[in-house]
Amino acid sequence: MHHEGNYGAVVGVNGNMLTVEFDTLVTQNEVAYAIIGEDRLKCEVIRVRNNRADLQVFEDARGLKIGDKVEFTGELLSVELGPGLLTRVFDGLQNPLNDLAEKSGFFLQRGLYLPALNYEKEWKYTPVANVGDSVVAGDVIGTVPEGIFDHKIMVPFELQGTWTVSTVEKAGSYNIEHVVAVLEDERGNSANVTMVQNWPVKVPINAYREKLMPKESMITQTRTIDTFFPVAKGGTFCTPGPFGAGKTVLQHAISRFAEADVVIIAACGERAGEVVEILREFPHLDDPRTGKTLMDRSIIICNTSSMPVAAREASVYTAVTLAEYYRQMGLNALLLADSTSRWAQALREMSGRLEEIPGEEAFPAYLESLIASFYERAGLVRLNDGSTGSVTIGGSVSPAGGNFEEPVTQATLKVVGAFLGLSRERSDARRYPAIHPLDSWSKYKSIVDEKDIAAARNALRNGNEVGQMMKVVGEEGTNINDFIAYLKGEFLDYVYLQQNTFDEVDGATNEERQNYVFKKVMEVMENKNFKFDSKDAARSYFLELRQLFIDWNYIAQKSDDFIAQEKLIDQKIMGCVNA
Amino acid sequence: MRKVYHRIIQIAGNVITVEADNVGYGDLAEVTSRRGSSLAQVIRLEDDKVFLQVFSGARGVSTRDEVRFLGHSMKVAASENLLGRVFTGSGKPRDNRPEINDNLVEIGGPSVNPAKRIIPKNMIRTGIPMIDLFNTLVESQKLPIFSVAGEPYNELLARIAMQAEVDVILIGGMGLKHDDYLFFRDTLDKHGALSRSVMFVHTASDPVVECLLVPDMVLAVAENYALEGKRVLCLLTDMTNFADAMKEIAITMEQIPSNRGYPGDLYSQLASRYEKAVDFDGAGSITVLATTTMPGDDVTHPVPDNTGYITEGQFYLRNGRIEPFGSLSRLKQQVNADTRDDHRAIMDTMIRLYADYKETLEKQSMGFSMSSWDQKLLKYGDLFENRMMDLSVNIQLEDALNLGWQTLAECFDKTETGLKSDLVNEYWPKA
Repeated sequence: MHHEGNYGAVVGVNGNMLTVEFDTLVTQNEVAYAIIGEDRLKCEVIRVRNNRADLQVFEDARGLKIGDKVEFTGELLSVELGPGLLTRVFDGLQNPLNDLAEKSGFFLQRGLYLPALNYEKEWKYTPVANVGDSVVAGDVIGTVPEGIFDHKIMVPFELQGTWTVSTVEKAGSYNIEHVVAVLEDERGNSANVTMVQNWPVKVPINAYREKLMPKESMITQTRTIDTFFPVAKGGTFCTPGPFGAGKTVLQHAISRFAEADVVIIAACGERAGEVVEILREFPHLDDPRTGKTLMDRSIIICNTSSMPVAAREASVYTAVTLAEYYRQMGLNALLLADSTSRWAQALREMSGRLEEIPGEEAFPAYLESLIASFYERAGLVRLNDGSTGSVTIGGSVSPAGGNFEEPVTQATLKVVGAFLGLSRERSDARRYPAIHPLDSWSKYKSIVDEKDIAAARNALRNGNEVGQMMKVVGEEGTNINDFIAYLKGEFLDYVYLQQNTFDEVDGATNEERQNYVFKKVMEVMENKNFKFDSKDAARSYFLELRQLFIDWNYIAQKSDDFIAQEKLIDQKIMGCVNA
Repeated sequence: MRKVYHRIIQIAGNVITVEADNVGYGDLAEVTSRRGSSLAQVIRLEDDKVFLQVFSGARGVSTRDEVRFLGHSMKVAASENLLGRVFTGSGKPRDNRPEINDNLVEIGGPSVNPAKRIIPKNMIRTGIPMIDLFNTLVESQKLPIFSVAGEPYNELLARIAMQAEVDVILIGGMGLKHDDYLFFRDTLDKHGALSRSVMFVHTASDPVVECLLVPDMVLAVAENYALEGKRVLCLLTDMTNFADAMKEIAITMEQIPSNRGYPGDLYSQLASRYEKAVDFDGAGSITVLATTTMPGDDVTHPVPDNTGYITEGQFYLRNGRIEPFGSLSRLKQQVNADTRDDHRAIMDTMIRLYADYKETLEKQSMGFSMSSWDQKLLKYGDLFENRMMDLSVNIQLEDALNLGWQTLAECFDKTETGLKSDLVNEYWPKA
């Protein structure tokens, strides 16, 4: 279908929604440009009725007039995929923010769009496929080195059926537009393969053999998560919480320490200041796994709260498409979206302008299915060559009033594999991360033994119950065994659940150390031989033990200090049992 | 010559509709009626129908009144000449002095490219210990004061305006009582702070649409000053009135409400204002301090709730004092390591002891006997409230820190405070 010169005219403007009259054809979700003087404002068709289409504008609609020309492109809203995406910072429509700043200075200029990738840079290309090979979408044609791994140049995902490689380019340095292979199908059609391809963001990339059950843990190095509420590679999780409960700090910690190959951060409708911290700090933080900086494995999609709302809606799709692209190379990609509530609000704003019949809290009725299909883009897949790749999605949710009984949280809970609920109560008490140990859940398998986890959960629950009871009857009215149960619950909370994200050692606990420390903690928890003369004696014992463990958490593993501290702990445990 | 339209086909609330062509979305128009003329802004285009929001209200507008489109959107004069002046929400002088029309800039301009922001690093000294010492205000921060009607939040803002070490102060009043407006003006004047201030004031009796303009006017001027390298502090009071004005217009336009009648884009609307707070890479900065009154003292009300998700912390103003608990400056860590080496320690210790004091108070009210430790805490809590929390206290951070040490020394022994020994050796007052 050729759309050249398909124009329409503006017949209505309402906030960021345009109504456009057309006379030939339009496609749902195609991109159009509203032309206002020199500026071309990007829009997306979101509804068609008779000969009128409703478009959301990704810009400020100021100055648009009735009768202004609108050019339809026939292309769905797409992103560019190719080498050079890593380390970059894009807005929700994949405009590179640093390049925009160079062009237009302090402010984001309306109608200024720049290519996402560098078209001049040459990449060192190594062919993989041979002439005569028969290939399908997603098969590897060649590779170029990008950062720490080989970036695979693949048969465009949009090609259907089987193709035969008819020519291949030899190894050498080329820019991304250079044709590296020509393919032919049975009917004699030919297709050029370059290093760049476009893909519509709202359509999942499905150039793989099958979707598998996520089993292996995605280690985040946050103890509460890995041990108690684990996340699987290819799984999904959400972190709802009221403001000030530490959602963003937790997401930052995960983005820094998670054992993923590629991390994509979608700052969706949140504070610009928080993104600036990432932008300015990541290039200087080392990634211990690769020895390069964190920025070398990251892509940041940044559509903060004051940037146009429609582009905010697009930003989560842009982010997940980039994640799927790297998954296709057999990598484990982690997408962190902060916050999906702002995305849902963007949907709500648009739905209101479309005058759709509202659902709960005026969110559109299709909110649930959109949230579900977004999270369903996560997954562990077996690729064409038999290797696996994954997309893990973690979304933060900002429920109104901190109340989880609201549509976005509820719709999200239905589709995610792990729920890490942040609680105001815990953050007020400065118990970070404020993931509630009793309310949260995960359907994935923990890195420690299931039986131990069950015992630990039980102990937390018991401790909490006694704690509640003590609020009513006071310490005097509690018997010593219950009191010890309470102290044990608090002990587990302080020495294992709580973690200082800002500390170099305590901030990240690897799998091995978690297993090791958890065993030691459980030694205390399951020890039934503690004998105390009084509650005060019990309290001071546990306080001292707690301090020993906390100090231990701050000591680098396998150091002499680590071993020495462990001895102190062992003595302390033994000391009490003998007494 | 621009066309004049004489047929208004609909008047609903403050929104009028005319049939006109060649009108740009967001453009201004002048509506002339028996009551005089008022500006109006295009808020919707639908075929040949143009919906206009009339700044001075639609009361008294007749169907035959004159509508003349100006061909541009709302602008504000952003120049040095503004200093010391007072304007209405639509930019008309309120002080009987001439209009200013030089260097007109559009209000509600585009957002700052995040790549051109820098991590904030400068403290703003206010002379108020509860801010400087305990929840430091940082350049480019956006911070609301959560409060309820009747609390002295305007007094607090006025004090900050007088004492804050910044280049320019912009005050945006939304739904201010006329008395409060006069209070602001007179207080600033008396203390010589008016000459570095600009006020845009919408009083409760002014047309509600002008209320909507105030933050945009203030922030557009602020942006202009900041780009010239100035450190600008914007004081907005009260953002709840702004949100309510938005609600009023949304309902008139038959928009589907989301929570408690507020429009679905409340978050985006508030954010696009608050996010104007910025530290430019290579120019000045904008800091925003805004009052948000909480209807019914309910922080989960949509306005404070959405605000909390946008801003970088909050101050709770209760019983005439900034609450030490709940109040939070999310950016204080960026600056309070470099002020004085005892800053963080004093901050944490004094708050912790004040929390203990509160517990002791509770015990006392329940009739428990007071131990000697409790007695010490009671003495401490009293001193803390008078020396630190009282809003009339105006001392520099260093003096506040010294006063903190003195207070601790008056109530406790060295070892009872849990402060690190090297700090105690350096700062503990010698007998």
